[in-house]
Amino acid sequence: MSTPTTSSSSSAKPGQWNDQRIEIIIGALLRTGVLLAAALVLAGGALYLNRHGHDVPNYHVFHGESGALKSAGAIVTGARTLRGQAIIQLGLLVLIATPVARVAFSAIAFAIERDYMYVVITLIVLGILLYSLIGQ
Amino acid sequence: MNVLEFTGLVALGSLLAGFLGSLTGLGGGVVVVPMLALLFHVDIRYAIGASLVSVIATSSGAAAAYVREGYSNIRIGMFLETATTIGAVVGAVIALHVSGSAIAIVFGLVLLYSAFVSSRARHEHGPELEGSPLARRLRLNGTYPTNEGSQPYGVTGVPMGYGMAMGAGILSGLLGIGGGAIKVLAMDQGMKIPFKVATTTSNFMIGVTAAASAGLYLARGYIAPGITMPVMLGVLVGSMLGARVLARVHVRSLRYLFAIVVVALGIEMIFNGATGRL
Repeated sequence: MSTPTTSSSSSAKPGQWNDQRIEIIIGALLRTGVLLAAALVLAGGALYLNRHGHDVPNYHVFHGESGALKSAGAIVTGARTLRGQAIIQLGLLVLIATPVARVAFSAIAFAIERDYMYVVITLIVLGILLYSLIGQ
Repeated sequence: MNVLEFTGLVALGSLLAGFLGSLTGLGGGVVVVPMLALLFHVDIRYAIGASLVSVIATSSGAAAAYVREGYSNIRIGMFLETATTIGAVVGAVIALHVSGSAIAIVFGLVLLYSAFVSSRARHEHGPELEGSPLARRLRLNGTYPTNEGSQPYGVTGVPMGYGMAMGAGILSGLLGIGGGAIKVLAMDQGMKIPFKVATTTSNFMIGVTAAASAGLYLARGYIAPGITMPVMLGVLVGSMLGARVLARVHVRSLRYLFAIVVVALGIEMIFNGATGRL
């Protein structure tokens, strides 16, 4: 892979970790997460439409989703029994996890690049993110 | 209208949402919420849940390309995310004590003013390629692809940009939408970086802010699979199309598009605030 010199003041030598390499890996990570999520939603959606395609949608009144579609544990259980709606929600969980995984990977990448200031910055973001995901 | 037709139409509208959202760095919520609420008479809570899904999908769908091509500045993104995520937590706490309606109206007016400010063209490459000392210390300066090849840029106004990003986070936590617009303005007006870098870096960041509140929305039952499916798939395709187009879009056109979408968002916020829907 030919890598033209890129961003910031990094003076990395060829073969070393630099920003460009981090960018390529983050790009691949995001793409993988998104495609996996889309595949799950597509599969779940096909099952759901096959069963409910001719129903009348009713979202005028908010009744909240049932417990089976609200927590990660219940969604995984439902997806295992091939419930279309649970598989869609599983795809959604993968989608939500993608940016979180991106932040976590960035921390590792900055550490390999020995950019400790950005390791700290990234860990702060990851900490707040996990706090608000789990704290709720 | 049956579920099949609903799915098809929502997917089509979401495609547009993803396309506009990925180009402007605002996420798809600007289009998704009014489409679902006004056109399909979906309850606002389901619409907000779907908006959150569309923001994460737009962000990740387009960011894969933007990051790889070198548009998004991952250091600026990560640095400002400390401000937006802290802001979002603070905003969620404030939301328990103040009325969202009044804030929505004020914020809507701020957006209308911002649209005016950001539509005024500015030189894309400032003379300060060096950036400010603080920007150098934080290694925020970067390069981005243009028609004339890779172009370096310097970053200034870091405290201003950081403060605005904090404000964007508070608004996200408070109202659930609109943070993307302030993030773009923080980088464009505050830090004086090229407009395409501002929109793509905002696009890169909004997914993280949205993911932080996704757990809450899921637990409250706001996220309906029958809506999530067409929104997510439509937005993903739209955002990938947007990412392909960005390189060929003139900055001036992009600024106008951004201003138009921000005006729409401002009107939406004022409308929501005035009718007590937030």
